[in-house]
Amino acid sequence: MLDGILIGLATAVTPFNLMMVVAGCLIGTLIGMLPGLGPMSIIAIMIPVAIGIGDPTSALILLSGVYYGAIFGGSTSSILLNAPGVAGTVASAFDGYPMAQQGMAGKALTIAAIASFAGGTVSVVLLMVFAPALSSVALLFHSAEYFALMVVGLSAIAAFAGSGQVGKALMMTLLGLIMGTVGEGALSNTPRFTFGILDLQSGFSFITLAMAMFALPEALFLVMNPARAASQAGGKITGLRISRAEARTIAPVIGRQSVMGFFIGVLPGAGATIASFLGYAVERNLATREEQAQFGKGSIKGLAAPETANNAACTGSFVPLLTLGIPGSGTTAILLGALLALNVTPGPRLMLDEPDVFWGVIIAMYIGNLVLLILNLPLIPYIAKILSIPRNYLIPFILFFTLMGSYIGQNNSTELLILVAFGVVATILRFADYPLAPLLIGFILGTMLEDNFARAMQLYHGFGFLLERPMTLGLLALAAFLVILPSLRAMRLRRKLAREAGVADGD
Amino acid sequence: MALDRWIALVFVGLCAAYGYAAFFTMDHLLPPILQRNPVWPSTFPKMLAIAGVIVGLMVLFTRTPEGRAAPNAGAMDITRLGDYHIGQALGLLALMVAYAMTLRSLGFIASTTLFLVLGGVVLGERKLYILIPVAALATVSIWYLVQEVLGIFLRPLPSFLL
Repeated sequence: MLDGILIGLATAVTPFNLMMVVAGCLIGTLIGMLPGLGPMSIIAIMIPVAIGIGDPTSALILLSGVYYGAIFGGSTSSILLNAPGVAGTVASAFDGYPMAQQGMAGKALTIAAIASFAGGTVSVVLLMVFAPALSSVALLFHSAEYFALMVVGLSAIAAFAGSGQVGKALMMTLLGLIMGTVGEGALSNTPRFTFGILDLQSGFSFITLAMAMFALPEALFLVMNPARAASQAGGKITGLRISRAEARTIAPVIGRQSVMGFFIGVLPGAGATIASFLGYAVERNLATREEQAQFGKGSIKGLAAPETANNAACTGSFVPLLTLGIPGSGTTAILLGALLALNVTPGPRLMLDEPDVFWGVIIAMYIGNLVLLILNLPLIPYIAKILSIPRNYLIPFILFFTLMGSYIGQNNSTELLILVAFGVVATILRFADYPLAPLLIGFILGTMLEDNFARAMQLYHGFGFLLERPMTLGLLALAAFLVILPSLRAMRLRRKLAREAGVADGD
Repeated sequence: MALDRWIALVFVGLCAAYGYAAFFTMDHLLPPILQRNPVWPSTFPKMLAIAGVIVGLMVLFTRTPEGRAAPNAGAMDITRLGDYHIGQALGLLALMVAYAMTLRSLGFIASTTLFLVLGGVVLGERKLYILIPVAALATVSIWYLVQEVLGIFLRPLPSFLL
C-alpha cells in the first residue's frame, strides 16, 4: 500500500494536477452553491472539459475535486439560505440554518467544513484499506459473476430507493436498460431500435442523458417556482472561528459518523442522503438530554453529524466504482461514463493496470479535502456573493451550459433536440416523484450487463453458467432477495417514513 | 388517476411496443452465421420487455402511499401547477429548440448571444443595455475558451460567411 501512496503522490503532486484539484474544488463550490444544481449536474457539465484535458488522471482529479466542491457548496447554501440543492445536504439545514439565523453563520460554515474534511479524510484512509482487498477478490470474477454482480447492483439501487418507491425505481432502472439497447448491439454490430435514424446508430449519448435527467429539470423547476431559489444572500458572514470546547464536543460525533458514513456509502444505492439522515438520527439518540433539546435549534452536533456522514459516504461510493467498475450512485455513474470516455475501464484490473490513475485519484481526494478546508473556507464570504446573481441572468446561463455540454461532446445539433425532449420527459417524471438516478445507472450498466451476459451464455452454451458457478447463483439470489424484502417491509413502513420532496435526488 | 399511474401506463405501452419490435421484427434480419450464437441482439431486449411490462403493471396497480410529508416552499407539486410560471418554462424550451436549429446556420456567437438575451427577456428582464453587453461578452469569452483552450471547433460566424 505504501508503494501505492508513493505512486499516487508522484502523480497527484504535479503543478498541473494540483491546479486541477484547486480549480475543481473552486468550480464545484461556486456552482454547487446555486440552488438546484447538484453534484450530478455539475459533473455532467464539466465532463466535456475533463475530456478536453485528455489525460485520464488529471481529468478524474478535476472531476473528483468538482464533486467535493459541489457537496461543500451545497451545504453552504443549505446553511445560509435553507435551500439545499441536493438531498444529501437536507439534514445539514436542520441545525445549520437556525445557527445562521442566530448570527453564527460563519461558525456553522467552519463546523461544516471541518466535519466534511474529517469525514472525507477518514474515509479516504478506509478506502485505501478496503479497495485493494476488494479488488483482489474481484479478480476471481468471471463474466457470469460480473453479470450477476451488476444485477445485484441494480436491484440494490431499487431496494434502497425508499418506501413505496421500489416499484418506481425498478421501472426507471428498466427504462434505463431499454434506452441502453438503442444503437449497436452486443456481440454483433447490427443496429437496433434506431428507427433508421443515423444519429442514433451509436446510441444515446450518455452526457446528453445526464444533462437531460438532472440539470434540465432542476433549471426548469427554478424557472417555474422562484421560491426554490430564495436569492437573497443572508447578511455578512463573520466569525469563522470555533472554540476549543466546541471542537471537543463535535470530535466524537465526527469520529463515529465518518466510519458509519463510509460503510453506508459503499452500499450501492444508499449513498450520501441516507448516510446523512441516519447520522443525524443516531447522534440525536446518543446525545444527552439537554443536548437533545438543542437539536433542530442550532446544535453543533446536529450540524457536524450529517456533514461528516455525507462526505464519508461520497468517498465510500468510490469503492464499488474503483474496484468493481459498478457505480452505486448517480454521481459515480456519471464519473464512470467520463472514465469510459477517457479510455479507462474501472474495475479490479484498474489497480494493476493503471495504478497511477487509481492512487492518483485517492491522493487527489485527500488534497481536495485539504483545499476545501484551507482555501475555500476563507473565500466563502466572497463566493457566497454568487447567490445574489439575479435569476434573469442565471437561468439562461444554466440552460446554455447544459446545451453546450451535450453539444461539445457530439458536435451534432440533433443531440440538442434529444436533450430538450428528454429534459421534458424527465421533468414530468420528477413531478410524478420517480427517481431518476436509477435510470442513468441502468443506462450505463446496460451495455456492460448485456455484454457480460452474452459472454457467459456463449462460454457455457446457454444458461448452464447459473448452475455451474455457485457464486453467480448466490449473487442472483441476493438480487432477488434485495428486491422482494423491502417491498414486503415497505407495506408496513409506508406510513412511517415521510417522503423527501423538493430536492435533487443526487448523492 | 394520479400522474405516476399514467406514466406507468405509458411505460407498459412502451414496453409492449419495444417487446413487439424485439420479438417480431428483429430475428429474421439476423445473418445465419450469427444465429448460431446463444445470445442474439434481440435476446436481452426480449427479457427487458417482459420485465418492464410486469414491473409497469405492478406500479400501476399498487396502492399509492398515503400520508405524504407537508411540502415545503421549494418542493415541486403537480397540483400547484397553476401557480407556477409555466409560460416562462415553455418559452425557454422553445428557445432551446430554436437554438438547436440555428446553431449551425447562424454560427455560435450570434445564436448564443441571441439565446442568452432572449432567455433573459422571457424571464422578465427589461434592462437590455446591461443584458446585451453581458451576453455578448460571455459568449465571446466562452467561444474563446472552448475553441482555443479546449481545442474544440465551434463555427463562430454564420454559415454564409465561413
